[in-house]
Amino acid sequence: MVESASSQRQVRLTVSLQQAGPIPLAAEFYCEAGELLALVGPSGSGKTTLLRTIAGLYRPAQGVIRCAGETWFDAEAGRSLRPQQRRVGLVFQDYALFPHLDARANVMVALDHLPAAERGPAAERWLTRVRLDGLTGRLPSELSGGQRQRVALARALAREPRVLLLDEPFSAVDQVTRRRLQRELALLREEIQIPIVLVTHDLDEAAALADRICVLHAGRSLQQAPAEQLFRRPSSPEVARLLDRHNVFTGTVVEGGGGRRLQWGPWCLEVADGLAALAPGQRVSWYLPPSEVVLHRRDRPSQGERENPIQGQVVEMAVLGGITSVALAFDHCEDTLRFELPTHAARRNGLARGETVGVSLLAAGIHLMPDRPSRPCRW
Amino acid sequence: MEWTALSVSLRLAALTSLLLLPLGLWLGRTLALSHFRGKPLCEALVALPLVMPPTVLGFYLMQSFGQQAPLGAFWASLTGTSLNFTFSGILLASLVANLPFAVQPIQRAFETIPPNLREAAWCSGLSPGRTLLRIELPLVWPGLVSALALTFAHTLGEFGVILMVGGAIDGETRTLAIAIYDRVQAFDESGAAVMSAMLLLVSFVTIGVVYGLAGRRRWHRG
Repeated sequence: MVESASSQRQVRLTVSLQQAGPIPLAAEFYCEAGELLALVGPSGSGKTTLLRTIAGLYRPAQGVIRCAGETWFDAEAGRSLRPQQRRVGLVFQDYALFPHLDARANVMVALDHLPAAERGPAAERWLTRVRLDGLTGRLPSELSGGQRQRVALARALAREPRVLLLDEPFSAVDQVTRRRLQRELALLREEIQIPIVLVTHDLDEAAALADRICVLHAGRSLQQAPAEQLFRRPSSPEVARLLDRHNVFTGTVVEGGGGRRLQWGPWCLEVADGLAALAPGQRVSWYLPPSEVVLHRRDRPSQGERENPIQGQVVEMAVLGGITSVALAFDHCEDTLRFELPTHAARRNGLARGETVGVSLLAAGIHLMPDRPSRPCRW
Repeated sequence: MEWTALSVSLRLAALTSLLLLPLGLWLGRTLALSHFRGKPLCEALVALPLVMPPTVLGFYLMQSFGQQAPLGAFWASLTGTSLNFTFSGILLASLVANLPFAVQPIQRAFETIPPNLREAAWCSGLSPGRTLLRIELPLVWPGLVSALALTFAHTLGEFGVILMVGGAIDGETRTLAIAIYDRVQAFDESGAAVMSAMLLLVSFVTIGVVYGLAGRRRWHRG
């Protein structure tokens, strides 16, 4: 790594953990200062365990955690700082506010590093910052879910932590409050220049808030990338499935007249990128984002239709407001191809169940996912 | 009213509850927070005095307090006195007999604290000691008061164990409960009635305090 990047590297959080059991872990990720990294995965994927490990509340068998130029955990060296020594701001899923203390006193608990006289005013300042001024004397039981979350956030930030950890912080509040809190978190990020790690099972939330997403499954980190890249270029069929992506198929690499192609059922598909690295005859999984499927218009054929034209039978049409989700079935495979189009366009084209329609699979959108020995992603 | 007997009773009850408090705090907290293989066995041992007939418990204590038994011999070598028929003896017996009354309310109280409160305190920078003082104790204090009050009241009424271990030596081991029994044996029912009323009053006030506190945990959602 380059020396000039070291100042940035000082404040970043790097995590590398391995453990066979009882909770299997094989995770590697990092988070820069000012960056928001989302750990995403189904329940039981080890997200919360990873967060607890960073905070020092869980001790895995192997691994290293560094933050702000300090080694917080190094299994081989036998070093593991206590939670009190790590300077971590952790917002628990259920907020874990102290029920016998009012909002102000809850925040003051995290202000022991200040002289006694300054703690009260500092707690007030933090509560004002999360817009809770006026409610500082209330007990947690007298606050709404959203207000409790703010107290928890104020308490986490009051310690001036080196890293902010958020464990499903928006799961216990209603939709409207969730959006408002998410917007406030986005604004808050501009003010605090520390790594922020958000654990969530909500992909939309992760995509909306995070700079990068790390996909976890059974304690393994499978891929980390910005949301857009992750959704267009999942590294494996497993990641695609975890991200709730459809359109994952298997094809065979073939050498044709016009160059190397991807054989999928009766069609030889053009692929813009990645075929050259594969050997003819090789089976390969591939994925196509729904946005890269173009419907052939019956009334007015157009240029783009020469690109990977295929035919399929409409087996499902779901109207979701202005958008219609269409699934096509093919004779040669069981999986369906899904894409979306405006409902008015679906109507104009006379799309209906049982109809056979033509679509183009855009060559630039086809993403190949050759099998690789599974291992945690690296940076 | 036998003031000497009342004073022995009050002294015994006060010392038993005060000495059991730290022990109950430690034991109750440990049983609430930790999970180990022999935990049900430990809990059963703590609860045993609740279900054992007091005379049986008293019998075993009397046996182990004897000069031939290891505990009695150790006490004798330490202090030069016997445990049987002395105030120290009935105090030790009453510590054993009241163990469940001190431990169980405290254990229940610690069990109601969500584990992540402790972790939130650590992440806020509080040491385990300060977490106990600032977070845990304020949350379990009704349990502590319950333990104190129940131990106190139960010791006042203790009869079988005290009689077996201490006999009825005036000013040393003759408690109010034993004095009541003596009065009835001597057909002095009006004397017994005054002392019984006294014990009834103390018991009622104690249990009233316990229930009053249980209803005053204002941070719980009503």
